Amino acid sequence: MHNSPVIRITVNGKAHSLEPPIDVSALLASLELAGKKVAVERNGEIVPRSAHANTLLADGDALEVVIAVGGG
Amino acid sequence: MQDLLTIGGKTYRSRLLIGTGKYRDFAQTRAAVEASGAEIVTVAIRRTNIGQNRNEPSLLEALPPSRFTYLPNTAGCYTAADAVRTLRLARELLDGHDLVKLEVLGDPHTLYPNMPETLKATEELVKDGFKVMVYCSDDPIQAQMLEAAGCVAIMPLASLIGSGMGILNPWNLQLIIEKVKLPVIVDAGVGTASDATIAMELGCDGVLMNTAVAAARDPVLMAKAMKKGVEAGREAFLAGRMPKKLYSASPSSPTEGKIAPKAA
Repeated sequence: MHNSPVIRITVNGKAHSLEPPIDVSALLASLELAGKKVAVERNGEIVPRSAHANTLLADGDALEVVIAVGGG
Repeated sequence: MQDLLTIGGKTYRSRLLIGTGKYRDFAQTRAAVEASGAEIVTVAIRRTNIGQNRNEPSLLEALPPSRFTYLPNTAGCYTAADAVRTLRLARELLDGHDLVKLEVLGDPHTLYPNMPETLKATEELVKDGFKVMVYCSDDPIQAQMLEAAGCVAIMPLASLIGSGMGILNPWNLQLIIEKVKLPVIVDAGVGTASDATIAMELGCDGVLMNTAVAAARDPVLMAKAMKKGVEAGREAFLAGRMPKKLYSASPSSPTEGKIAPKAA
């Protein structure tokens, strides 16, 4: 459907349906990640923290949200 | 005079670098890191568990980046592209932090480095402004190629990652130390304190380890032992050991002034 009221994206490989318009900050808040130290990549490109609030998500976007964990 | 380790323009008092994986919890991670005296700690970059992390403790809270120098790694990456992508995420996550540990693995069975991909990733990361410490094979020619590519430290394996087999080829490590000007840090293979000492006695500038500490029965005590092992080896290297002499034994006590042998 062309004027679909939702966009479908993947976050860390899992499908999410969202109501547009939605930016990266709003997405992180909806995932209970607001204020958490994370890094975001959208379709292979880093979305700097400073740009979270004005980067709108589009249908088909693939996001990676990462943290630092224990490792050698 | 203080004996400092310089990597990428920054100096460190400790020559022991510690990985933060495989501990029971963050409290034990923190206790082991403290006991080791390490200033540089490696971390991995992974997807966050969506929906399960509201009160999840975070490594960044257990080991504040204001106190420790983070060294994000590329563990689990098998291509240059994946490694570069991971470290760009790490730099964003850590507010522009540019000191990183590159490891591009060859296969999951040995975790031996894939050197052509490692070299490719090094070149790309250096061009992008990263200070790259590189996990590599103990091949002196490859080490020189990495140095020429502009990395800031050469980190050859002493034996396979997580194997605890110790220093299997001291001759190759010595060749690398002779051939490159950059800091040489043994990364992988150390199993116990004497292994760390041997690496330092050979003239390595530091030792990076994780499993040897985390998989010890008492990780915090082993971290303490590793600190001493690294320090002992460094001091022995600086002191310059006596030459080995197979057939010319020399007593430590004077040969003159001995009391007369008892008359028969």
